[in-house]
Amino acid sequence: MKMQLEVKNVAVAYDACAVIEGISFSLQPGEIGCLLGPSGCGKTSLLRAIAGFEPVTHGEIRLHDKTVSTQGNSVPTEQRRVGMVFQDFALFPHLSIEKNIAFGLKHLKAKQRDERVDELLKLVGLEHLKKSYPHELSGGQQQRIALIRAMAPRPNILLMDEPFSSMDAELREQLAHEIRDLLKRDGITAILVTHDQLEAFALADVIGVLGHGELHQWDSGYQIYHRPANRFVADFIGQGVMLPGNIVGDKRVETEMGIFEGELPENCNPGTLVEMLLRPDDVLHDDDSETKLKVMAKAFRGAEYIYTLALPSGQTILCLVQSHHDHQIGELIGVKLIVDDLAVFPVSEKTNTPLKKPG
Amino acid sequence: MSNTTNKFSYWSISSSAIALLLAIPLVIVVSNIFVPAGEVWQHLAETVLQDYITNSLLLMFGVAIGSLILGVGTAWLVSVTEFPGRKYFEWALLLPMAIPAYIIAYTYTGMLDFAGPVQTSLRELTGWGYGDYWFPEIRSLGGAALMLSLVLYPYIYLMARAAFLSQSLCVLEVSRSLGNGPWRTFFYVGLPLARPAIVAGLSLVLMETLADYGTVQYFGVSTFTTGIFRTWYGLDNAPAAAQLASILLVFVVVLVTLERISRRQSRYHDTGRRKQALQRLKLVGWGRISATLFCLLTLLFGFLLPAAQLVSWAIDTYETMIDQRFITLFFNTLELATFSALLALVLALLLNYARRLQPTYGVRFAVRAASMGYAIPGTVIAVGVVIPFGWFDNTLDSWMREQFNISTGLLLSGTIAALLFAYMVRFLAVSLHAIESGLERITPSMDEAARVMGERPMGILGRIHLPMLKGSLITALLLVFVDVLKELPATLILRPFNFNTLAVRAYELASDERLADTACAALAIVVAGLIPVILLSRSLSKTRRYSA
Repeated sequence: MKMQLEVKNVAVAYDACAVIEGISFSLQPGEIGCLLGPSGCGKTSLLRAIAGFEPVTHGEIRLHDKTVSTQGNSVPTEQRRVGMVFQDFALFPHLSIEKNIAFGLKHLKAKQRDERVDELLKLVGLEHLKKSYPHELSGGQQQRIALIRAMAPRPNILLMDEPFSSMDAELREQLAHEIRDLLKRDGITAILVTHDQLEAFALADVIGVLGHGELHQWDSGYQIYHRPANRFVADFIGQGVMLPGNIVGDKRVETEMGIFEGELPENCNPGTLVEMLLRPDDVLHDDDSETKLKVMAKAFRGAEYIYTLALPSGQTILCLVQSHHDHQIGELIGVKLIVDDLAVFPVSEKTNTPLKKPG
Repeated sequence: MSNTTNKFSYWSISSSAIALLLAIPLVIVVSNIFVPAGEVWQHLAETVLQDYITNSLLLMFGVAIGSLILGVGTAWLVSVTEFPGRKYFEWALLLPMAIPAYIIAYTYTGMLDFAGPVQTSLRELTGWGYGDYWFPEIRSLGGAALMLSLVLYPYIYLMARAAFLSQSLCVLEVSRSLGNGPWRTFFYVGLPLARPAIVAGLSLVLMETLADYGTVQYFGVSTFTTGIFRTWYGLDNAPAAAQLASILLVFVVVLVTLERISRRQSRYHDTGRRKQALQRLKLVGWGRISATLFCLLTLLFGFLLPAAQLVSWAIDTYETMIDQRFITLFFNTLELATFSALLALVLALLLNYARRLQPTYGVRFAVRAASMGYAIPGTVIAVGVVIPFGWFDNTLDSWMREQFNISTGLLLSGTIAALLFAYMVRFLAVSLHAIESGLERITPSMDEAARVMGERPMGILGRIHLPMLKGSLITALLLVFVDVLKELPATLILRPFNFNTLAVRAYELASDERLADTACAALAIVVAGLIPVILLSRSLSKTRRYSA
């Protein structure tokens, strides 16, 4: 199948200092990708390179089967047919909503232009705002207008730079789902940049985790959460603890909580000291279980509690429990572990980033 | 495909060229410190220099007291309290800005001198004759301080008002919740928080005071500006004049530094993002009456009375004064001001776009250097223009005579070009600032949004920048236009032979003690001066909408 976007071994640098390096991935037509990473990881630079605002210092970017960026050469942004939704929306304050949306449609005849504008406004249910001006709109409305303005010229790819960063938390998820439906309905290929994993999970088909200028994993949300490719991804995505263990045979890891079986990385031979990722949802509360652990701390989250439980060795693990199981600190509760996907890393791979605490 | 290496380096070349050109007068003045001025300087230092310094300092002190009382007092009343007429005073208190200090000085002299209406009616009432009574002399240092305070206090009013309005309700409520009453809260929280803004406004007022020539000259007060004139014309000694100008510049540098520091501080004094409308203090009884009276008197003395005097004079004199000569004069001035405004606009656009497209250290420095002139008195700039232009003309002339036996005469000195150049040095900052604030509203992502939607750079300029900048362009034009119209000392020194502006004409008539005859020219200046006041009061009502 032909790829809509291909990023091949790309590097971007400012003043000879590489911001990102060796980035490769691709998107099929209609696929929604996400570049996820902490701030300063270079994800926005990558997006801007795809848009043509930044030159690439190495590698190649291809859009819709045409090379648009190589070292020293770059098709000007205005000829790339990309759409972009900006962090601050960048709606033109002196133009009405209608004219904002029609801005990129000057190649069309007036009648077709009007039709396209109406069609898009209808799609987001904001027909009544056609004649309004940007400052009269709420944040969520501005967001939707910014999106359809970018979609209007039917771009090769839609780029979204932290599009929800100025929104309330509640509005974010609702909008993310709404936008996903819209993009899917129109079959638009899109790529989103964010530091918020929930946004990424809600919107994207494929997620690329970026850190320190590298692309660590390019995979589905499920895979990234349950089968992180390395410690960086394991640490950055979700919560969890690293349980020390060692390899005791083919596809077998022994830890303080027992022996687990599953696929192991290549460099894990019997005897290797490893750490195993244990997500809070891998640890199930079960009153009948023989394994009783002491509650050290608890964090109420509304629908559930996250309990911090201590193992005999002093190592703590996290446990996600429905919130009507209200236990006191110091109480012993029964748990059982269900680990479907093993995420095991040799100890030598340890990074300096500490695992995130429940919060 | 296009090459992506930098293609905008001519931005930095042209912006540095402009900045360098505009810096010439300042450099010339300062470098003249090292030129021996001989006996003249010795003479100045022994006789009048002391006077210049003392008088300038006393004048600044007087204007500081006067403008602080008027500016902070009215600002606090209109932004924190509620009293009859507050809404109207809020903008009307800016009106005195429309009157240049030298014009208000003419009107007060007319009203208060021996033959004026005040003393005449006093004599009629009491039956006193000449020499029977004491009456304060308006043409004095104190009088000059009063005149300047009356028209300059709006600078402090504007800054203080903005500071009071921007104080977050929270800090004031914290003070109230800790047991301080509204008055204590004002003196211990409100006023200290507004202090940097007030000081910034005050330094602007003092810069204007130092730059004033018309008022002090007319009142016979010897300050630096009049001293520079006298040394220039009376003693015909350019280095000595430049050296006096350099001393004046030291004062200016202190004030500019004070202003910069205060502005920076006022940013730290910002108390938070949530700006809620203050619950205004409802004044009652005497407080209510005094508040209205205080604002009314400020407005009366600062604008209504002098304006009325001008109108009444103009009614008496317009038949003789408005002749063919006046009409030529009027259009001369208009043309000069329009052309200056356009030129300043072009330069300001060029510099602002250079900074936007290539914000390197060099370009940013050039833009800042080009906007230095707003603080420099017109007299100083004039001296700094005459010296190099004269040198250029003489050198070129003698060289051409030597080489080709042709005399080029004076090419630059005493031409409109010299005058325009001085105006650019002095007023480019006004234009730069207006464009800058307009350009700030066009975020970089708007440019990028237009580009991803297929628009080329020229198209972005036409479809985004031009329509969004329209207001700022007009503001920049109007402000420089009015400033040129009002400008007196530099025009006086640099104007071509037999070329007059309205301001110079008013000055000449006043010097001949034909005060009533100044009215037509003065009134034209005041009416034009109302333009920036209207612009300001419009932006004022905008801030009111956001903060109320």
